Amino acid sequence: MKTLFEKVWNDHVVNTEANRPAVLYIDLHLIHEVTSPQAFQGIRNRGMKVRRPDRTLATMDHSTPTTPGLKIVDPLAAKQLETLVNNCAEFGVELHSLTSDKQGIVHVIGPELGRTQPGMTIVCGDSHTSTHGAFGSLAFGIGTSEVEHVLATQCLLQHKPKTFEVRFEGTPAKGVTAKDFILAVIAQIGTDGGTGHVLEYTGSAIRALDMESRMTISNMSIEAGARAGMVAPDDTTFEYVAGREAAPKGAEWDAAVARWRQLPTDEGATYDQSMTIDVNTLEPMITYGTNPGMGVAVTQPVPTPESMKSAAARADLEKALKYMGLEAGKPLTGKPVDVVFIGSCTNSRMSDLRAAASVLKGRKVASSVRTLVVPGSKQIKREAEAEGLHTIFTDAGAEWREAGCSMCIAMNGDQINAGQYAVSTSNRNFEGRQGKGGRTFLASPLTAAACAITGKVTDVRTMLP
Amino acid sequence: MGHQFTTLTSRVIPLPVDNVDTDQIIPARFLKVTDKNGLAEHAFADWRQDPAFIINQPEAQGCTILLAGDNFGSGSSREHAPWALTAWGLRAVISTRFADIFKSNALKNGLLPVEVSPEVHAQLMAAREQSASVEISLDLESQTLTAPDGSKITFDVDPFAKHCLLNGMDQLDYLVAHKSEIEAFEARTGS
Repeated sequence: MKTLFEKVWNDHVVNTEANRPAVLYIDLHLIHEVTSPQAFQGIRNRGMKVRRPDRTLATMDHSTPTTPGLKIVDPLAAKQLETLVNNCAEFGVELHSLTSDKQGIVHVIGPELGRTQPGMTIVCGDSHTSTHGAFGSLAFGIGTSEVEHVLATQCLLQHKPKTFEVRFEGTPAKGVTAKDFILAVIAQIGTDGGTGHVLEYTGSAIRALDMESRMTISNMSIEAGARAGMVAPDDTTFEYVAGREAAPKGAEWDAAVARWRQLPTDEGATYDQSMTIDVNTLEPMITYGTNPGMGVAVTQPVPTPESMKSAAARADLEKALKYMGLEAGKPLTGKPVDVVFIGSCTNSRMSDLRAAASVLKGRKVASSVRTLVVPGSKQIKREAEAEGLHTIFTDAGAEWREAGCSMCIAMNGDQINAGQYAVSTSNRNFEGRQGKGGRTFLASPLTAAACAITGKVTDVRTMLP
Repeated sequence: MGHQFTTLTSRVIPLPVDNVDTDQIIPARFLKVTDKNGLAEHAFADWRQDPAFIINQPEAQGCTILLAGDNFGSGSSREHAPWALTAWGLRAVISTRFADIFKSNALKNGLLPVEVSPEVHAQLMAAREQSASVEISLDLESQTLTAPDGSKITFDVDPFAKHCLLNGMDQLDYLVAHKSEIEAFEARTGS
């Protein structure tokens, strides 16, 4: 009796020796401009080649502009992007550069192109690689030394992590989304609750979610400190993958689905840890602090330092509230905001844009708020435009941008200013994450859109039909 | 050739802050580089703008051990974090817990993550508070930390990372040596 994780892990162990980590085979290696230059240089210095260019896929996303026309104004970013172009050409790696119609955020395009498939091992020099676990793959972020390892050998040295079942049961109320599920988990277990573990998301509420929602949840596994997050593949998964560019076709498809049906955790298999979230009682979530674990239901007050269990937690909260310029014990609702960002590998897919548009349609963004809507990929941009979503955004007074990471990591000029407040659908509210001195409230696309309209932190349920 | 670590004795920099994420260790705007070098000035770049920040104090200069709070190195997988810390001069970080990816990255760059119990951590922090001149010694071979009062505390290290650090071995060499097993795996699984 094995868990989903154990099955995928066992299928990829090349070698094990006493006192040594396992040699783990990697099926898909995703590459972007920020964490790969030093790794390519490393294999070049060794006179090595990329072992499996066919299992390597590159895109540009972190330091790319999202302004119309895609003009790169930062010479350092330009050099980094040029380095990726040169490295991919030299080593024969498929690259979706700014001129490709398949360019986009690395964790958006992998699934979109059908490269992400159940049962795979997937890595990238990016912690949000956990996104791909939504397909029942084992997907995790790695450092640049490990990027070099995979480029050179298609393998990684890994210690087997422990397993942690996160079960969601029930039916969410209107206005409660996958983003709220995962923010609630992290608020409960903290940013180190998953350290050393692979999370598996289970339960009736997960089964009821579409793939994009499952990706939102898996994406933020790393924010709980977990190595990865996984969802067992089912018909929803297969329907999503079917027909995509890199998906198996014909008899190969049937064989693949038969194989993938064996992946779910066996009845009676056990996890090292477990928790259950009652989805019925969840409310829209928002973060108030400087890590993703500092979150509350939007109607609830910001906790007081006195209510913290330890001196360390008290100090942590006091430091966060000082940075955020917030008063403990009061709800965030009504707090004026300066910027709303809808995008990132967490929430930039069609269902996210549709959710935001459902709130923005026929309404106007508050004049005090700058609102950016940044699609996750060029394909999503085209699809959204075909549906007319872009007109809903621009009519409301929001900016409709080109695809990329944008204001989630603020490497490309899209950023908030010191002291400003942003409601963001991204994944990190760390100090300065969205711009030096900037303050971030993490929330769902629905909540973010509601805040854009009122110009204040808002419970989206008051605005839903 | 990989990074080597055997023994170390140093004064320590106290950073009693929990959940220090890698965006604080090096903010993202400094990641637009194409090599590993030259990141020393960006270590804790935003926090360093406060003249009172510990890294700016005279007693921090020359220290090679950072005594940090719980859950150090969470967030982004950026290896620029250990690159920046080692470029600044650090060789070890002591905490009660490290984020997984940071720990893995640190060990590949000669930056030893030393995990101690909350009690030992409090004891070390108290000793440092009493005097900025106290020293801590680390011996990787015996996995021993010697506290300022002379007490010895053992710490865990992954045996393979330890082997590589003691011998200055690059972990990639171990993988490269498994070429035939990798080829056999690919043949067997049709990969």
